[in-house]
Formats: sequence, C-alpha cells, structure tokens
Amino acid sequence: MTDFHFYVKFDQTLLLGQRAKNVPELLEGIRRVPESCIYYHTHRFLQQHHYLSPEPPNDFAYWVTEVLGDKVLGEQLSSVDTIQFESISGLRDRFVSLIESHLSSGAKTVDCFPGEEFHFIASRTFAAPTPYIAHNLGEFRDILQRVSISTLYYHIFDAKLRLKRGENDFSKWFDSNGMSALAEAVRNLDPYTYTLEGLRKRILTLTKEHDPD
Amino acid sequence: MIRIEEYTPIVGEAAIEGLFLLAKHLRGKVIQNINSTAVGGGVAEILTRMIPLLQQLGVDARWDVIKGNEKFFAITKKFHNGLHGVPVSVTDEEYEEFLEVNRDNAGQICFGDIVFVHDPQPIALVEKRQELGNNWLWRCHIDFSKPDPAIWKFLERYVVRYDSAVFSAPAFARSLPIPQVLIAPSIDPLSEKNKEIPEETINSILDRFGIDRSRPVVTQISRFDYLKDPLGVIRAYKLAKKHVDMQLVLAGGGATDDPEGPAIMKQVQEEAVKDKDIFVLFLPPSSDLEINALQRGSTVILQKSLKEGFGLTVSEAMWKAKPTIGGAVGGIPMQITHKYSGILTNSIEGTAYWIKQLINEPEYARRLGSNGREHIKNNFLVTRHIKDYLLLFISIFRESDIVYL
Repeated sequence: MTDFHFYVKFDQTLLLGQRAKNVPELLEGIRRVPESCIYYHTHRFLQQHHYLSPEPPNDFAYWVTEVLGDKVLGEQLSSVDTIQFESISGLRDRFVSLIESHLSSGAKTVDCFPGEEFHFIASRTFAAPTPYIAHNLGEFRDILQRVSISTLYYHIFDAKLRLKRGENDFSKWFDSNGMSALAEAVRNLDPYTYTLEGLRKRILTLTKEHDPD
Repeated sequence: MIRIEEYTPIVGEAAIEGLFLLAKHLRGKVIQNINSTAVGGGVAEILTRMIPLLQQLGVDARWDVIKGNEKFFAITKKFHNGLHGVPVSVTDEEYEEFLEVNRDNAGQICFGDIVFVHDPQPIALVEKRQELGNNWLWRCHIDFSKPDPAIWKFLERYVVRYDSAVFSAPAFARSLPIPQVLIAPSIDPLSEKNKEIPEETINSILDRFGIDRSRPVVTQISRFDYLKDPLGVIRAYKLAKKHVDMQLVLAGGGATDDPEGPAIMKQVQEEAVKDKDIFVLFLPPSSDLEINALQRGSTVILQKSLKEGFGLTVSEAMWKAKPTIGGAVGGIPMQITHKYSGILTNSIEGTAYWIKQLINEPEYARRLGSNGREHIKNNFLVTRHIKDYLLLFISIFRESDIVYL
C-alpha cells in the first residue's frame, strides 16, 4: 500500500485593484481576471464560513442580489453548481454565458451606490506537508479526525479545481490502493453541500463502511 | 508577556502548529519593522503585541521608529488628513522637508533582509533599496479609499518601489504595478478588552453605571462622532422601545477631530436627560475592562456607523458571541454576513426592526451570536494576522500562484 501524506494549505489574499459598479463591468471583470480570482469568489464563502449551513452562495451572486438588487440574475448565478465543473475555466464560462444572456434579454442595468462596488480578489495558495502520513486506511481515518479544516479543504476542493488534479486526493489514493468502491463513494459526494465538519464526518463514516477490517 | 501557546485553547493546536511551520521558512532572515511612533496609536499597539509573538515563533523580527521634528509630523498629519479625503495643501518645501527627514533616518537605521514599513511617514526610506539590494514591503493601515490626488501622486512614486503593498480592505486597493495584499486588522482575545471575565465583574461594572441587567441592554461602543450616528441609534431605540422594554448604552471616548462632534455630543446628552433608560458614558482611554464588561453584559450590540474604516468594535462584540447589528459600510460587511453571523442595516427603521427581533427571539439571536464568534475566531484574531504576515514575508521569495513549501 502506498502512503498518503497529509498537506496543509494557507491562502494569501491579493487585491487586483479592479472593481465593477454594474453588471456589464462585472462581466468584463469575470472575463479577464486570473483563474485564481474566479476560484476565490466561488470558494471564499465556504472557507470563511465553514461552520454555517451548506450551499454557500458565490460572491458574484451575493453582490448582484444584495447590492444591485437584481434577484433574477442573482438567483441564476447562485444556482451555478460548482461540483459539476472539471476546471475553473469551465466555471468562468458558465458565469459569462449566464450574464451575457441576461444582458442580451434587455434587462435593465443599474449602478451600485458609491462605495459598494464589487472588488476582484484573487488568492495565492501555499501548501506544506504536515508530519502526518497514513500507511493504511485505519491510520488514514485516525489522522483525518484530527487534522485542520485547511487540510481537508486542500485535499478535497483545491486538489480538483485549483491544483487541476481532476479529482479529490482521497479518491485518487483509495483507487490506487484497490479501494475503488470507497474512492467512488467519496468521488460521488457533493462537498459543496456540507459544512466542512459535516464533510469530515461523512468521509470518516464512508471509510468505516468500506473498511474490510 | 503573553506566550503564543496561550492561544492554543482558543484557535486550536493545528493553527498554532501552522504558524511554527510557516515561521520555519523565515529562518536566518531579519524582518525590520519601521513606523513613526513607539507608543500610542493603532500601529504601535499592533507591533507591541506582534513582535514578541513573532520572536517566540523563531522569527528574527525587529522594530525601529523614525525620528522627526514637529514640522515633519505637522506635514505627515497633513498627509494623513489628505489621504482620508480632507482637502489639504502641501507645499514643495514641505515635500522636501519630508524627504530630508526620511533621508536622515535612512542613514541611522540598520536595515534587515526584509524592511516592513508601516504607513506614509517612513515611506521614502525605500530610496535606500537600490543601495542595499534587500526586500521592501509597505503596509498602509489607514483608509485609502479616496486619497487626495496630489498627495497620492507624491506617495505613489515611492509605493511602486516596494515589493508589495498591504491594505486592510478591498476598497483601498489602487491600480499599481506591484502586488497588493489584503490583510485585515485583528483583535487579541487575550487582551483586557476581549479576555474572558467573571460574571461578578460584569455585574459590578454595570451596577456601577446604574444599568439593570434584569432588563434587555442594547449597546453601542464608539466615539461620539457624527459618522458613528449616535443620534440615529437613539432614534432606532425609541422606535423599538414602543414595543419592547430595553435600556440603551452609548459608551465611548469624547475626543474627536470632527468639527460637528461637540454639537452631536450635546444633542446626545439632551436626549439622554429625557429618558432614564439611556446611559451616555464618556469613558477615558484606559477603560478596556469596562468596555469588555459592557459588551458582555449587553443583549444586543450596535455599530450603526454611516462610514467606517474597518470597525473592530464589531469583531469585539461578535467575539463575545453577542448578536450584533452593524451599518453596511466600510469593513463591517467583511465581519458580518447578514442573517448568518449578525445583521446589516442601512436605516434607522431597519435597525429598530432588528433590535426588536433579536430581543424577542433570543434563540435566533443566540445562533447569530454563536456563528459570529466562530467567524471572528477563524478570520479576525491576532493569530490569523500573524499567519498573514508570515505568508507576506515568505511570498517575497516565492513567485508562483501555487507555492509548495
């Protein structure tokens, strides 16, 4: 069996100095900002409010709804189902097409009040190995119980989209060690619909259910 | 002196381990903080707290203060006001004097591997950069949303010579050719203002002010300043009091640069005289324990600002798990997510509505308070601030978007 090395991640928040005061400017920004900015605005809420109920909104939807008062576009943007996307560019394209179609339908655009602009923000990710290494499923479970939320976040969310590994690190490890049913079960979770502690518990339960020992 | 390990019961072992892990990557580097005052003011307060903690993590953090004469500080006061949007005029001679003082100081300071300059006063020290070949960071602690164009044009020449600039809120970012990092301020959970205190202390302090803890208490802690809207708070209280019994506490310092300040104070006092349930408390600067007790003894806390830099009193209240209602301005929405971790309002009527709701629905209020405390724990405590600083220092030497340490 190969080892699983747990990592922890830290994020640095970068201000891009770009802002939008209405929907067309938001669209323009979404088109040209770096991918780390799209990732930030679609995952920030999850990370900063990980103790809250699931189904967090993305920042674009929140701003359009709460600041511009555009409930229709806001609802469309909040319904973007992040789990379905294999890449950040795909996620970006979805936001672009929703906003383009909203604008081409003749929807009226308004400017926000001064001081309430949307500020584009990106992040840099710093990943570091922890001392925790699992050599089997039992150890994996013991370690997963005590590592920080940032570790869980890194291996589940960052791994797939931010690090472009195509899937979460846990499923990849389970697969490569002959635990394909467990890999599939974890792969099939929609992590965006759990709080991070809820997600930790769910994965722990799955590892127990699939543990031959 | 507070030990870094004392934060473990609050933020967890993993968070403190993370700080040690990051600090390891700065071994052998001297990090030289430079500002313009050793005592008084927010920057000195942050550095006094942070330098020992960084040193305990194994970081060689140092702190120097530039020296300046009265004329220099009069000029930098003009800069400060201008950056806050107050119209000021700075002459060429004054700009020259400012640079002279910076150059004199540059000749006397022993610079480290990373020079971390705080605020505009020492900004021109960066002229030394070429000669020294080291790394420079500039941290702007003040509201930078609408700087005076002439002063900004002057300062920008120096800002662009730094490796990165650091701001406290997204609205302060400029269009600059260097990376801009967001680092929000923080509160210290072990300080006098925020530490846990016994119920007896809370009771005795509220008793001393004549506040009845058996009835709901709604409190705003802030300067008596037009922008903190104390009169709006009183109007909201009056609207809400038609239906719910409560007391209102307005507590804070009386000193203010606002020319309308004395008039506001007078009106606040006039309103208070008419209503025995309004408590106006002018607190001296050394009242951290009293503020702590007033916040902990309150049922609901308000920060109904009309304009705000960051508004750390919101974090202080939320850290104490108090249901908090804040004006949706400045840094307050960074701290409160409406109806999740607190309440954001835009009007007196909205504030009155939510005061009633939170007093009448204590279970909902408790949930907001509990979420609020969790949010502050994860995002606005001094340990997060230290982590952001460590990442900032490390980031100078690592350029990619994803960095493997």
